Amino acid sequence: MKYFPLLWATLWRKKARTIFTLLSMIVAFLLFGILETVDYAFAHPSNGTNGADKLVTTNKYSITLSLPFSYTQQIRSVPGVAEVTWMSWFGGYYQESKNFIFALPMDTDTYFNLHKDEFIVSAAHMQAFRNTRTGALVSSALLKKFGWKVGDKVPLHSTIWTQKKDASLDWTFDIVGIFDAKDPTQASQQAQTLLFHYDLFDEGRSFGKGTVGWFEERVDDPTQSAAISTKIDALFANSSNETKTQPAKEFALAFIKQLGDIGFVLRAILGAVFFTLLFLTGNTMMQSVRERIPELAVLKTIGFGDGTVLGLVLGESLLLCLIAAVIGLGLSYLALPIIRLGLQGVELSPSALIPGFGAAVLLALIVGTPPALRAMRLNIVDALADKR
Amino acid sequence: MSEAIVSLRNVDKRYIRGKQSVEVLQGLSLDIAKGEFVALMGPSGSGKTTLLNLIGGLDNATAGEITVAGERLDKLGSGALARWRARHVGFVFQFYNLMPMLTAQRNVELPLLLTNLSGAQRKANALAALTLVGIADRAKHKPNELSGGQAQRVAIARALVADPTLLVCDEPTGDLDRKSADEVLHLLQILNRDHGKTIVMVTHDPKAAEFASRQLHMDKGALLEAGTLAA
Amino acid sequence: MFKQLIAALSMGLQTLPQRLGASSVIVIGIAGVVAVLVSVLAMGAGFKHTLADSGRADRAIILRGGSDAELNSSLTRADIDTISNAPGLAKDSSGKALLSNELVIVVNVPKADTGTDANVTLRGVGLKLTEVRPELRIVNGRMFHPAVRELIAGAGAVKQFRGLTAGSMLHLRNADWIVTGVFTSNGDVHESELLADVDTVGSSVERTGYSSAIALLTGPVDFTRFKDALTTDPQLKVDVQREPEYYAAQSKPLTKAINVVGTTVAIIMAIGAMFGALNSMYSAVAARGLEIATLRAIGFGALPVLLSVMIEALLLSLLGGVIGASLAWLFFNGHSVSTLGGAFAQVVFQLTVTRTLIITGIIWACLIGLLGGFFPALRAARLPVAEALRAA
Repeated sequence: MKYFPLLWATLWRKKARTIFTLLSMIVAFLLFGILETVDYAFAHPSNGTNGADKLVTTNKYSITLSLPFSYTQQIRSVPGVAEVTWMSWFGGYYQESKNFIFALPMDTDTYFNLHKDEFIVSAAHMQAFRNTRTGALVSSALLKKFGWKVGDKVPLHSTIWTQKKDASLDWTFDIVGIFDAKDPTQASQQAQTLLFHYDLFDEGRSFGKGTVGWFEERVDDPTQSAAISTKIDALFANSSNETKTQPAKEFALAFIKQLGDIGFVLRAILGAVFFTLLFLTGNTMMQSVRERIPELAVLKTIGFGDGTVLGLVLGESLLLCLIAAVIGLGLSYLALPIIRLGLQGVELSPSALIPGFGAAVLLALIVGTPPALRAMRLNIVDALADKR
Repeated sequence: MSEAIVSLRNVDKRYIRGKQSVEVLQGLSLDIAKGEFVALMGPSGSGKTTLLNLIGGLDNATAGEITVAGERLDKLGSGALARWRARHVGFVFQFYNLMPMLTAQRNVELPLLLTNLSGAQRKANALAALTLVGIADRAKHKPNELSGGQAQRVAIARALVADPTLLVCDEPTGDLDRKSADEVLHLLQILNRDHGKTIVMVTHDPKAAEFASRQLHMDKGALLEAGTLAA
Repeated sequence: MFKQLIAALSMGLQTLPQRLGASSVIVIGIAGVVAVLVSVLAMGAGFKHTLADSGRADRAIILRGGSDAELNSSLTRADIDTISNAPGLAKDSSGKALLSNELVIVVNVPKADTGTDANVTLRGVGLKLTEVRPELRIVNGRMFHPAVRELIAGAGAVKQFRGLTAGSMLHLRNADWIVTGVFTSNGDVHESELLADVDTVGSSVERTGYSSAIALLTGPVDFTRFKDALTTDPQLKVDVQREPEYYAAQSKPLTKAINVVGTTVAIIMAIGAMFGALNSMYSAVAARGLEIATLRAIGFGALPVLLSVMIEALLLSLLGGVIGASLAWLFFNGHSVSTLGGAFAQVVFQLTVTRTLIITGIIWACLIGLLGGFFPALRAARLPVAEALRAA
């Protein structure tokens, strides 16, 4: 630690160069942090406790194929299943196809029991929803987005479901209330959600009656999730509608994962960033040591040993990289909420930033070692002769 | 004569420059007693600096024995030599060789980083050394804010601060005007007389050499007998 | 003025080898930015390309009105009969309409690299398949037979997913299907799909209707006639689109998303590279201080000096841009990947480094170079001559 003032002073020997190098590195670490967190989130889907007790059951062979409603009772009978609810994909939009709305036909009692304590809905709105067959609860963000008000009638277009009565794809709902997510980090995921009654949907549609898109289950003990999933799927093995049950998070992530080998793309970019960084920082360190050859010779003259000189240069490299890492990764930590908006359903964990510091140390060692060795091997007489 | 603090016996020094071998010192023997202030003079290329480097433990002889402050330098490895330098030698250079980014006080503290002294003790010792060379008021200044004479005083303070056995000065006044040079030489003289520091100084300047207690003349890698040059 | 510029520039470039370290920072930094930019955009371009190649101007796709995509759409047998009588439809020698009634579902097939399930399109196709889609070629095995559980797999799908080679069995619902052959179709989106007889697919998933109908027209100009006939028929409620238009619309959202993400990442990297360039050029100007001061002392103007520094930065970044684009091309052009395209199904496509992308990358490189070179160039031009000469 007693060498710190010396290291610090050395680092700022050429202010402009250090600042530009640092800015460049900070930007790199910012990007590094962001990519690292996203990569980590994809690689570790079931991290975090939120939602670990939820399962999703879909048709084994295709998510576009439905399941019989009658499965509800059979799933409910599996020990450990606390609640079952059912839903279907509505494929809705408002006025234009770019205004996608996640309109979800759901069963009020089981849905809210399953998602206990996850929504904030006023008692009055909940009561109105229960009492109105054509009622819809919308997220407050969605209400705001389209300038709707409670009491409005809104027509939604389904790209899939025609109505029995007039073969129309347009369904009209009465907005009777709004909801908010209790956990603010979940708010962005629910920003496009509109909930309406499954009964209305099932009775109103011209085909598919008595089927559901998928089931959701809540289990008593999250550690038993895997066993319960197996039991549920076993119930329907060899039927014409076999099922696939998996943790809700994996189900959500499966879609994003299907976008491609995101991990590969991220790691390729990370590699490019790191490689570029290597050159930039390496050049700065080399330059810095090259300019200081006489000073390093003086230190050695005074009696600084070879090891100490090696350590001083490595220390300078480490200091440079860690300053950049702390600021850059700090900025990416601050950027996490923005990325969450863009990547709905992906849980970003700040702990994923930790490897970034590892990268900084690695970087410091790689770029610091050649100039440090040069400094260590420096011949005092020759180095001083250049100056005298 | 009191005990010899520097003792060289039959020292040879050759440099290999490309394919050529250059003989710099040949069979050189020399004793310097404790408390002496020796001025080493001679034309360029006569081997003064090489001799100084050998005495200061910066370089190894090709042959011969070198004993300084009781240690056989020709038997020490580079690590042991560095530790020995830290304990026994203070260096003063023509161009001061201060760290441009450190204040005068931090420059003087540098050698103390190699000791076990606490931060407060280091600071106190550095200020004491700066006071001794009469420049304590400039402790917080960086080298580029100091005049040449001031910078050289800081360099002397740095050489002194760890209380070395020997001061080794290479053209300490070579870059200074007459007035500053005299002040620096006075300072060296005081350090020698009042504080008992043994000093070996290379210089071109006969006036500077007059401050020393003994003058040695070199030519073509060998010491000349006193007086032969003047004749 | 021009002579001065050439002289100043050539002096700068001659000393370049001495500043190799600093100069390589510009080149490599910019190469990194351009490589990432071009590679990511190549994904978007490849995806767009694959979908754009799907379809011919003389083919139309008919969906139920308001359905947007095949997966959402449903047509009845009666709809198909009506459509097959529409004017403008091509006919075979026996007078049968060249119309393929299709049923699209997605099935779970594990990906070859990760083994995780992905949604692959299983497309039930009508008997007129080979006439409606003449580009379809069996490259391995044989065509499926109707009325039995056989299917053929697209060459792209075979590469990206497991167990689709000719002769493999695919379990779907409670039945096994045999993959009888592998086909290509000009590298279009159908190469990511599985094709089978439409009625066999329908019965296996207990669906009686169809998703869409693909019609081969007598010519591109007959599209309007065909469309008008269908859309004015009160018995029908369908959307009729030319195939290329349909696929262009399907590719839009993803292409846009890829471009936004790619550009954002590249912008961040570009900022970093710009600081790197600033650093290099400042140190270049510092290293050439004496030389520049000498030029100015003997009467060179400030502008030639400024321009010579800018041009040097530009040349270095140009080199970086070319290296970056070449790397992207070398490593990723033709690299086959798959993604969730359109709605819910996987599309296999190849990264395509187009000429436009290479030019885009090089333009970026030059912009970074110009920004990074400007301030150092300004400093060079304003260098106080006397001071610089004395300092040396």
